[in-house]
Amino acid sequence: MDIDRATVDHVARLARLDLSDEERERMTTELGNILEHAAKIQALDLDEVEPTSHAIPIRNAMRPDEVRPSLTQKEALSGAPEVEDGRFKVPRILEDETP
Amino acid sequence: MSTTKEDLFETTCGLEIHVELATASKMFCGCKVDFGGEPNTRTCPVCLGLPGSLPVANEKAVEYTMKIGLALNCKIAEYSLFHRKNYFYPDMPKDYQISQYDLPLCYAGHVDIAGDWGTTTVGITRVHLEEDTGKSIHVGGSGRIHDSAYSLEDFNRAGTPLVEIVSEPDIHSVAEARAFVSELRILLDSLGVSDVRMEEGSLRVDANISVRRRGETEYGTKVEVKNMNSVRSVGRALEYEELRQREAIEAGEQLVQETRHFDERTGTTSSGRTKEGSSDYRYFPEPDLVPFEPSAEWVDRVQSTLGETPTDRRARFATEYGLGAKDIEVLTATSATADWFETAAKAYGGDAKKVANWIMADLYGLLNEASIELTESKIAPDQLAGLVKLVDGKSISGKQAKSVLAEMFSSGKDADAVAKEKGLEQISDTGALEGIVDEVISEHAEAAAKVRAGNLGTIGFLVGQVMKKTRGQANPGLVNDLLRRKLT
Repeated sequence: MDIDRATVDHVARLARLDLSDEERERMTTELGNILEHAAKIQALDLDEVEPTSHAIPIRNAMRPDEVRPSLTQKEALSGAPEVEDGRFKVPRILEDETP
Repeated sequence: MSTTKEDLFETTCGLEIHVELATASKMFCGCKVDFGGEPNTRTCPVCLGLPGSLPVANEKAVEYTMKIGLALNCKIAEYSLFHRKNYFYPDMPKDYQISQYDLPLCYAGHVDIAGDWGTTTVGITRVHLEEDTGKSIHVGGSGRIHDSAYSLEDFNRAGTPLVEIVSEPDIHSVAEARAFVSELRILLDSLGVSDVRMEEGSLRVDANISVRRRGETEYGTKVEVKNMNSVRSVGRALEYEELRQREAIEAGEQLVQETRHFDERTGTTSSGRTKEGSSDYRYFPEPDLVPFEPSAEWVDRVQSTLGETPTDRRARFATEYGLGAKDIEVLTATSATADWFETAAKAYGGDAKKVANWIMADLYGLLNEASIELTESKIAPDQLAGLVKLVDGKSISGKQAKSVLAEMFSSGKDADAVAKEKGLEQISDTGALEGIVDEVISEHAEAAAKVRAGNLGTIGFLVGQVMKKTRGQANPGLVNDLLRRKLT
């Protein structure tokens, strides 16, 4: 699958990302490179290779159950396109009802 | 005997229970776990899903999950992994939930539930750990998602450690489903891993339920019922759904495999409008969290933290205190209640059944009126023991003790202090009473003579005179004894 400008526009809209023209161009190239890389791996014969989700041999990484300071409400909401009553305002969730 | 619906139909049900863990901090970040508060005041880059933030698993949450698994007789995985469950819904800012997929921490357990029908063993498929979502408010229209104009998101709850317990479809009646949820609630409370406050959403139940005619080999169409937030609503929702499915089968209608939501107000379930099979979560291993390989030593250490099980405690309440089934059910409903009773019973030292009776018959009446829990009342366990001792010592009558208890309940004072204040303390001092009894005998010589002549019915009159002189504070039993000793 090729990544074109229309795909980037579509994904940016879904993720509510406000990208500049320059950023959209860069994303089109970068996302394309990532898919190309994946296609290269897909072309290899990997039948003998165990699936690898983690490349580092570390196990049971945990933190103690301790409370750390949170962001303030203002900080938390600072990146939100729209805010109401201290909450993130998001567009209508469901599309028009289709039975 | 007439044929009942139970003879004609068989219900098959499996339950999924979500429990919020009572850790201090969230699952993958240090934000505080709490209820209520101003929106979006307990968030950070990790639980807001901001780019570049990295989750780290909360050790206590992992141990609590293993604890739940072990208490449910599960095996602990030798290798366990978190997965990303992808879905576009604004209550998860990352657009995925960190959950577990094919490698849960605990699997293959079972729990026994008992009731009128006997005992049923319900298999536990798995116990896994994930993170809770944020809370949405739908604005506009009826205030429900279907016709709202937009939604508002509060992420204070997002990232709270959430354990999912999945049962095998071993439940075959609504009563068993209720008992299962109730037993899990008691168990989770006794483990100290959750507040299990269903009304605050710490424990939420979903059910898969299907009905078929008895003797059929194929299962009926499975329906998922969501949004049950109390043991009572589990009962109401499943009763409704069981009946709906039986009637559809009788009418020859085709049931649809779907998700249905329970409406607390109407007591009915309705189609959730989400098409089954449309949820492709594209699970893949969470690359930001390394796998778990719990060592045998670690599992043993968690195992050693399991205390007395609710089943064992119930059995001990029967043998150690001689309590009946109803008393045991109420007094072991939460471990705090059971602890309260045991503390009171020890402080009393005598027949624990007496303490149980005072709690069950009188204290619970006051608690229900005030709508509070036993452990929230102003009366401490040793204060109740003090009251029972006062009654034993005949310092106050049983009837007076009830009003003393009511006063203790509102003021939190000791029983003897309240009895003194109310002037209720009976005169149980033989020396003090003897003089008054002698007075009464000389003032009512005629009645006294009747008693001496063997007319014991007249003693009641004389007791009454003593009570009058002492303004009701004499111990009537003692007065009776004194009169008999002097006149017969």
